[in-house]
Amino acid sequence: MTSGPALVSILRQGSYLVASIHTALDDSQMVRFQADLVDQIGRHRARGVIIDVAALDVLDSFGSRTLRTIAEMARLRGALTVIVGIQPDVAFAMVALGMGTGDVATALDLEEGLIYLNDRVGRGGRVAGMPEARR
Amino acid sequence: MTEDDVSRDVSQDFPSIDHQDEDQLLPQLVAHLREHRTKLRQEWASRIHDAHLLHAMTPQEMAAETTSVYDNYVEVLETGSVEALQHYARDLSERIIPRGVETHEVVGIVLLLRDVLARSLFEKYQQDFALLNRVLDAYEPAANRIANTVAVSFVDERERVIRQQQDSIRELSTPVLPVRERLLILPIIGVLDSERARQLTEQLLAGIRTHRAKVVVIDITGAPDVDEAVANHLVQTVDASRLMGASVIITGLSPEIAQTLVTIGVDLSKMNTIGDLQGGLEEAERLLGYTVTREDGAGGQ
Repeated sequence: MTSGPALVSILRQGSYLVASIHTALDDSQMVRFQADLVDQIGRHRARGVIIDVAALDVLDSFGSRTLRTIAEMARLRGALTVIVGIQPDVAFAMVALGMGTGDVATALDLEEGLIYLNDRVGRGGRVAGMPEARR
Repeated sequence: MTEDDVSRDVSQDFPSIDHQDEDQLLPQLVAHLREHRTKLRQEWASRIHDAHLLHAMTPQEMAAETTSVYDNYVEVLETGSVEALQHYARDLSERIIPRGVETHEVVGIVLLLRDVLARSLFEKYQQDFALLNRVLDAYEPAANRIANTVAVSFVDERERVIRQQQDSIRELSTPVLPVRERLLILPIIGVLDSERARQLTEQLLAGIRTHRAKVVVIDITGAPDVDEAVANHLVQTVDASRLMGASVIITGLSPEIAQTLVTIGVDLSKMNTIGDLQGGLEEAERLLGYTVTREDGAGGQ
């Protein structure tokens, strides 16, 4: 599962990780991404994770569930997750199909995601009010 | 036409017609209608006047339109092709619909013309009943087709106008308005059906992206009724907006709507609702960190 080149770039930006999904991932690639990301959170001691899905024009139920799982695992590893860049069509399709991101925070784009994390992740301290999402 | 004219006409026609195919009847008929164009048209116009149709038009317009309708009518009889007439009827409908001409008037005048022409045929061929029958056999299907074409064109045109108006109402009725940086207002006026609700969601989501909105106030003061389907649409809209990083405040829930929603048991616990638009805007400004202060004495203006 963890062989071959990674399909999602995971970049370190200060104490945050920025993961951009560039193409639609199938289920095994999604699982691979999950393993890579959670591994890197520990390695870089990241305090925040931004998952950018702006390039996706479709997000299936497995995909959105995996994103929720990643957020929960990241929280257990000490990082706050925000999903950014959900396209209008994708957002509409997700709610119409009854899928959501649960308690995971969402933001308009990368910039907004960074602002969101800066607001909530204390400098050098514990992550403040972690699973809190805007409802 | 005098008695003499008629008998002369008929006597002229008799020998030829008996040897001719049915095909020859229509051209003959057309020639007859062309010949008596002015008289028949006037007769028709006076019948329209007597029947109190087309009040919306002036006598001059009536004269012009009846002439062209007459010519078109005869042309269709001649060629058997309704295309030109269809075109003309659509054009005519486009002109007269905005002036309040009703379907029954349009159908009425075409049927009047049909009757006027049929009468003149009766008169012309009254000497020979068998021939009259054959002439009418040729005339009636064509005449009915014309009446049909005109009526259908008129109704089509009306439906087109109605559709166009519906579209523009729909566009107008869901404006997404930026009030402050990153704050949108979406006033909903009129009945929300599922088609409109879908369109509204689409426009709102597009608006959130364009204006980089963080807070959206949806005001439903102008929505007369909210049922379960619409309430669920609202919930979906709120969820979809949240996925795009914007929070939604719903305002203007009337007591009746609030009661309905509670009674039908729609789960609105995740919705941020505030009584009126003013309160909603204040809450939105608070969320965005705006503070609005009024200068002393400025309120009186």
